[in-house]
Amino acid sequence: MEFKQHSAPHLRPATRVSRVMADVLIALLPGIIIYSIFFGPGVLINLVLGMATALAAETAMLYLRGRPLQPFVTDFSALVTGALLALAIPPLAPWWVVVMGALFGIIFAKHLFGGLGYNPFNPAMAGYVVLLVSVPGVMSQWLLPPGLADGAPGFFQSLSIVFTGSWPAELDVDALTGATPLDEVRSGLMQGRTLGEITTAPIFGAIGGVGWQWVNIAFLLGGAYLLYRRVIRWHIPVATLGSLALISLVFYIGDPDLYASPGFHLFNGAAILCAFFIATDPVSASTTPRGRLIYGAGIGILIYVIRTWGGYPDAVAFAVLLMNMAVPAIDQYTRPRIYGHKHEP
Amino acid sequence: MSQQSYGEILQDGLWTRNTALVQLLGLCPLLAVTTTAINGLGLGIATLAVVLGSNVLVSLCRHWIPHTIRIPIYVLIIATLVTTVELLMRAWFYELFHVLGIFIPLIVTNCAIIARAEAFASRNTLPRAVADGFATGLGFAACLVVLGGVRELVGQGTLLSDAHLMFGEAARGLAITPIPDYPGFLLAVLPPGAFIALGLLVALKNVIDQRLAQPAPATEPGHPAATAPD
Repeated sequence: MEFKQHSAPHLRPATRVSRVMADVLIALLPGIIIYSIFFGPGVLINLVLGMATALAAETAMLYLRGRPLQPFVTDFSALVTGALLALAIPPLAPWWVVVMGALFGIIFAKHLFGGLGYNPFNPAMAGYVVLLVSVPGVMSQWLLPPGLADGAPGFFQSLSIVFTGSWPAELDVDALTGATPLDEVRSGLMQGRTLGEITTAPIFGAIGGVGWQWVNIAFLLGGAYLLYRRVIRWHIPVATLGSLALISLVFYIGDPDLYASPGFHLFNGAAILCAFFIATDPVSASTTPRGRLIYGAGIGILIYVIRTWGGYPDAVAFAVLLMNMAVPAIDQYTRPRIYGHKHEP
Repeated sequence: MSQQSYGEILQDGLWTRNTALVQLLGLCPLLAVTTTAINGLGLGIATLAVVLGSNVLVSLCRHWIPHTIRIPIYVLIIATLVTTVELLMRAWFYELFHVLGIFIPLIVTNCAIIARAEAFASRNTLPRAVADGFATGLGFAACLVVLGGVRELVGQGTLLSDAHLMFGEAARGLAITPIPDYPGFLLAVLPPGAFIALGLLVALKNVIDQRLAQPAPATEPGHPAATAPD
């Protein structure tokens, strides 16, 4: 009988890329379900388009680069990129918007830098920013939540809107789409109104926007699942949401007429999705415990700064990409001390 | 240093050592100006004129320039030429001059020009310096035009849209719109698009070189690039 002697480490990690990515997809499910209940089948069409394009681009790039197809195509990482990008794009955007974003994310942001494990920037957010900069009009046309818009488009109507780009005659674009709560606050403040006046609009719910708050709570549940499965560590979500809450609390106490409350900032836009699903991307995030805290805090603060004083209503993508840039430096200066060695700065 | 033939000088400037695609020199104007093909052509011709002129003057004066202060003298020569080009453009291509703006005076800082003066014109006879200046300038201009064309096509869906700036009112009809109702892709016109497009052009050149080198690796012993097996 032969005894195989392996070299250390003898404990093999229980996590594989495919397991991690599959868990992320599972954790996204509650959010996706609530999102599509509130905002219609356009969400699902976006998801299918985004994930299919990402997978096709991944396969094509692996083939062109002469890399093995099987381990990379089946690790679900492209699907996660496609899903996150699709969730960030307004439902009922023309099909080529999602496709272009997914292509850019996978080809330019992921594979030109070396593929899975080598990309310095989050591919989904890179694709999203390209779209935000290139076709800003499409990217700001969000559907209104139910109750505020009458006669939401059905499945086939949604399909035809996505693929032909024209709305059916019986539906009114202006009645169905509108500003998101973050947009509303932004433009209201610019007109010199106070937050108390702005938030009386019907689009605002108890904590976040109508509909949006439930989507965000569902994403929060998904995030809790990821923490429970130990797919992500607590550092990045806690630091991101904590710093966002803290900085918004400071300004909110200072002048509640001009600065929105912490609850508003946490449960609007993509803050929660970002904290649990986007910022925690194992490739482009910081990898040391202290580094993760700094990285997350940086994202939270940048989200607040760009939302409040910047040119865009939401800021998750920019915050994540900016902190992605800082990751090499953060990792360099937060390396844990090796046992038995002196600390080297 | 062995004497290059004229064919080699031309090939070096236009392709093998293309200023933009291989040496990656003069990137600031290259990236900033090439939002349309015509902008690229304008700056390309201006740069071609300067590099040609500076090569001629440096080559003519090469025996009288003291070695220790040669760089300031090159800079003076180049600055004189750039000022001349600037004044000429202001006289005849006023609108184009305004579009290109600061990048016409900034030709003086294009390190490709002083590099050719230092590395080639100061050591070679006049006809050879002319050939080199022409090849270098044309290679740079060609890259500017292609880059401008790609960015214009992707960004706005047009080609040669501002041709009247360069060739007068009669050339307005030159503008082509290959895809009607193109929604526009702003990124290509913005600075990131310039970097991405240039990167793709460099990649394309490397691919072409590899393809050319592959079928007959034995016949070109002096070609060090791109012969590594897969």
